Formats: sequence, C-alpha cells, structure tokens
Amino acid sequence: MSEHDAGQEVLRLQGLKKRYNVGKPTEVEVLHGLDLRLQRQDFAALVGASGSGKSTLLNLIGLLDQPTAGELFLLGEPTSAMDDARRTALRGSAIGFVFQFHHLIQAFTALENVLMPLMVAGGKPTREQVERARGLLAEVGLAGLEQRKPDQLSGGQQQRVAVARALVSRPALLLADEPTGNLDSTSAAEVFQLFRSFNREFGCAVLLVTHDPRLSAQCDRTVTLVDGRIASDTRASSPAG
Amino acid sequence: MWIEWTIATRFLREGKAQSTLILVGIAVGVAVIVFLTALITGLQGNIVNRTLGTQAHIKVMPTEEANRILPPAAGSVQLVLENKRAQRLRSINNWQQVRDVLDTLPQVRAVSPVISGPAFARRGEALESVALVGIDAARYQRIIPIQDDVIAGVFRIGAGDAVIGKQLASDLGLRVGDKLRLDGGQGRDSVVNVAGIFELGVRELDARYVYLDMKQAQSLLNLPGAATLIDVTVDDIFSAQVVAARIARLTGLKAESWMETNGQLMNALRSQSLSTQMISLFVALSVALGIASVLSVSVVQRTREIGILRAMGTTRPQMLRVFLVQGALFGLAGSLLGGVSGYGLVGAFNTFGPKLFYIPVDPWLLVAASLLATVTGILSAAVPARRAARLDPVEAIRHV
Repeated sequence: MSEHDAGQEVLRLQGLKKRYNVGKPTEVEVLHGLDLRLQRQDFAALVGASGSGKSTLLNLIGLLDQPTAGELFLLGEPTSAMDDARRTALRGSAIGFVFQFHHLIQAFTALENVLMPLMVAGGKPTREQVERARGLLAEVGLAGLEQRKPDQLSGGQQQRVAVARALVSRPALLLADEPTGNLDSTSAAEVFQLFRSFNREFGCAVLLVTHDPRLSAQCDRTVTLVDGRIASDTRASSPAG
Repeated sequence: MWIEWTIATRFLREGKAQSTLILVGIAVGVAVIVFLTALITGLQGNIVNRTLGTQAHIKVMPTEEANRILPPAAGSVQLVLENKRAQRLRSINNWQQVRDVLDTLPQVRAVSPVISGPAFARRGEALESVALVGIDAARYQRIIPIQDDVIAGVFRIGAGDAVIGKQLASDLGLRVGDKLRLDGGQGRDSVVNVAGIFELGVRELDARYVYLDMKQAQSLLNLPGAATLIDVTVDDIFSAQVVAARIARLTGLKAESWMETNGQLMNALRSQSLSTQMISLFVALSVALGIASVLSVSVVQRTREIGILRAMGTTRPQMLRVFLVQGALFGLAGSLLGGVSGYGLVGAFNTFGPKLFYIPVDPWLLVAASLLATVTGILSAAVPARRAARLDPVEAIRHV
C-alpha cells in the first residue's frame, strides 16, 4: 500500500444513515447522517455511550453491513453500489479488524491465523508472506509461539495474534472494537503501543472504538458519537492533525 | 480451492468425535449397499448362468402356419369357423443363407442350425420317447459346451454314432459302445452306436436328448436338408430381447429370446433387483440425511468462526465450498471405508458362507459406490453450505 501518500484520504462518510427494521412498526434510525473523513496518518478514537451507534458505524465502515442512505468512500471508491464479492474483496485487502474478543479460528495455529486474510484471498501462502507473518508475530512479542493453537495462548497473546492478523495484508485502515476491553492493563498498554507503532511504520489509519477514557486520551483525534450523530471531533494538540 | 480444502479438513479434524461417528454411519450404509448389490448380482448371475448353460439365448424358428382364407367375393359376407392348424415339423426356408446372415450381425457370438424332432428309442422291450437333436457339432459346441459335460465315452456324432443323456442311458440300460434303435415313425428307423453319455444336470434333457449329426436326424425325421431351428448366442445376455426383435424383422422368422422363454425367471430377477434398489435407495437416503444433519449442526457451532472468516475476506462462494468439500469428504472417506468392509463381507460369505454360489468381486462396484457417495455427500451438504454462505457476518461475529 506504499502507493498511498501520507496525507491521502482513506475513508469518507457522506450523510451516512442506517435504519433497522425498515418498513416495520419497529423501524428505528440508528445513524442520522454522518460526515467524517479519515486520513492515512490518523489515529482516532470513536467514543460514545452504549447505544450511540458505535458498533453500527464500525460495521458499516468495515463493509460488513450496508448503509440505508448516504455514501461511504473507501480509498476513494464509493462502496454502496458494490456487490458482495467486490465488497468482500475490498474488505479483505483494505481493512484489518481487531475485535473485543480475539476471534481467532481454533482449528488453526497462531501463524496460520495471521496468514488467514492472505490465504482466503490468494490460496497457499508464499514464502515471503509466511516470513511477513512471522515478522509480525515477532513484533507483537510472540516469536517462538507460531505453532501454538489459540487455546494454548493467554488472552493477551491471543489478542496480539489478532492484531498481527489485522496487519498482515497491510491494510489502509485498521478497525478495532474495544481491542483492550478484555485484557489486563499491562497487555492493554502493549496492544495499544502496537497500534501506535504500526500507525507510524506503515501509515495505516487506525479507528479505535473504546469506552475507556484513558485510551481515547492517548489518541490523536477523538470522535464522539451521541445518539447517532457526531457530537464532537477534537484533535489533540499534536501536529499530526 | 486450496484454502477451502484446508479449512474444510481442519474443521473436520477439529470435530473428531462428530466426524468419526458420521463416518462410521456412512461406512455401514455403504457396506450394506455394496454387500447387498454384490450378493444379488452374484446370485442372479449364478441363476442366469445355470439357466443359459443348457439353452441358446435366442431361438430362431419358422413362423407358425396359419389358415389361408380366400377373400370373400365382392358384395358378400363370409363367416368363417376356423380350427387352428396343427404345427407340423417344418424346415426354415433357406436356413443356410439365414445362418450366414446371422453370422454377420453385430452382438451375435455364435449361430448353430439344429434339426430337432420327436422319436422313440428302443432297446429290446424297453421304449422311451426322445428328442432327436441333429447338430453341426463345431457350431453347436460354441453355444452349449456339451463336450464338457460328457461323463463317459467321447462326444462323437455322425456315421452311426449318437450321444445320449445319462438318464436315458440308465433307463435303457445302455453303456458306451452299445447299440440303440431310433424310430422316427412311419417305418423310418436306424440303429446307432452310443459313442458318449452326457450329463447336463437338467433331468428333462438328460432323459430325452439324443444328439446326432444333421444328416442322420434329417433322414429319421423325413426332412432332407432341413434345419428346424437356429440357435443363437449374443454377447450381452440382457440384450437378447433386442437382438431377437432385430432378427425377426430381418429374416421374417420367429425369434424368441431366453427372456421370453423364461418369463417367470425374468420376473423373479426383476423383482429381486427392484427390492435391492429400493433398499439401497433408502439406505443412501438415510446416509444423506445423516451428513446433512451433522453439517447443519456444524454450521451452527461454527457461526462465529464463519463470521470471522467472512470479515477476513472469505467470499460467499468460498464459504459455500468449504462445506461442500466437507460433505464430499464425508461421502468419499465413508464410502471407501464402507466399500472395504463390504468386500470383507463378500469375502467372508465366499469363504465361510453356505457356499451355494460364489459372489464375484467387481472393482467397478467400489468405484461406482465411492463416486455415488461423494456426489450424495455434496448434495446433502448443499443446504447447510448455503446457510453458512448466507450468514450475515455482523450477526455471525456477535454469535456466542
């Protein structure tokens, strides 16, 4: 993804709306027209109370769900008209996910889990890809544990495997949903530092959903969602913004 | 396909207990089908061989004689009281030419003209009614290998030699080398030398058949130069009916296949095949339902992993194939296991069974069973696989 410049726009939301149960008496609008831009070097926190629409927004940005109205541009491409195959392909190549619970696949080793996004896109991994995955595992501090199955790793280690997996396809955008919510404070700090270093090293935009004010305080930018609207979008004093 | 294959096999290996149980289930089903099919095929082959060992596949005969009635004069009505005509022994017209034509037909393996008619065999005071069978020995032996059934003397006909059945020999107290008087009626008789005695194992034939050469039979039956019957064997015994119909059209003669002559037997064989097929069908159905239910449970169990895989960029068709491959693997592995056990059963039957007959082992049955089971596996996986492919990734990931 080196062809993307540091200042390039990764994500743009235009009047994005999401309604559930359309056409039924229980119809409810969760997102009321959001506008947001995310640049390549952005390291942003998405905060908001429960029910403010954070997860819904994350699913839309991650192309796991489709908006009811508005447009979502990923790497400059409008996505709402894409069919499932194209959305899936774009999701696999441009977005890395880290979920609250590690979400590794039990039947595969740590190394294979890291390689999974590459394998589903391109089949048997090349030697270069395996080396990249090993390198990532080493960077997250798991050198030597490549052949362990997820249930042979601690919670923090599993989450670090998930981080490595999210980065293996060198995505332009890393989405993290409460990535440290399930970890002790030491592991949480480590995982956060990983995000930080990858953001700097690969220029990969990070959008981090969190409840934890200490975590959001360390981000360059904080987007606050209240009742399906962006209530505030503040940047820390750092020159990065 | 590599990643689908990898995920599918990992999933199967991870759910070892489940996979093993369903595999044993499939194997039992396939073993039953293989054993039953081999048993019934063997049994039927045995029955057909025994039946056809002593008769031709197709008999070509002259058409029956019918009354010829003069058409009525114009303007008049004719009432006819008709007695069916007696069918005298007649020759097939131009049988040499018919024989040569039949020789050239595809699917026809052997053609043998025969002259056959009734006579009495006499020795001293004893009298037995017999059937004279005048044959061209070389041709006839390609239809019924009668020389293999000779139990005394040699199979030699012509020049006053005859070969008779074991039962007739004992009824008349004859041994090889003895003389026998044959009486064709109307004062035509001759004395022949018993050159050999055969035993076909069918009492009726062993008591009545007297093999002569054609010339001798022709003179005894007063049909010089005649053949009353042409025996035909074909390559595929079950095509006899079709070949017979073609011969009838071609020659204008009456051609009867063994399937018509042995209508009862055919009926029994058909019913047997039908019941085997029904059993196989229902066993296959329950195997298919077993595979479908195991995979359905697996889709539910793996909902979250399916969601993660979808989030990692796995497409719907890929997800579909992951589960189709699992179904195919169940079918293939189960059928190989079941096929081997089925053949084990066949071997046990041949070795320790009642030994009434031998079941031949056809490797193609194993290939066919595996192929069929694999296709069945894929088909049974279709419904759960579609469910997996259609899972909404958002909900799947939240699934606990």
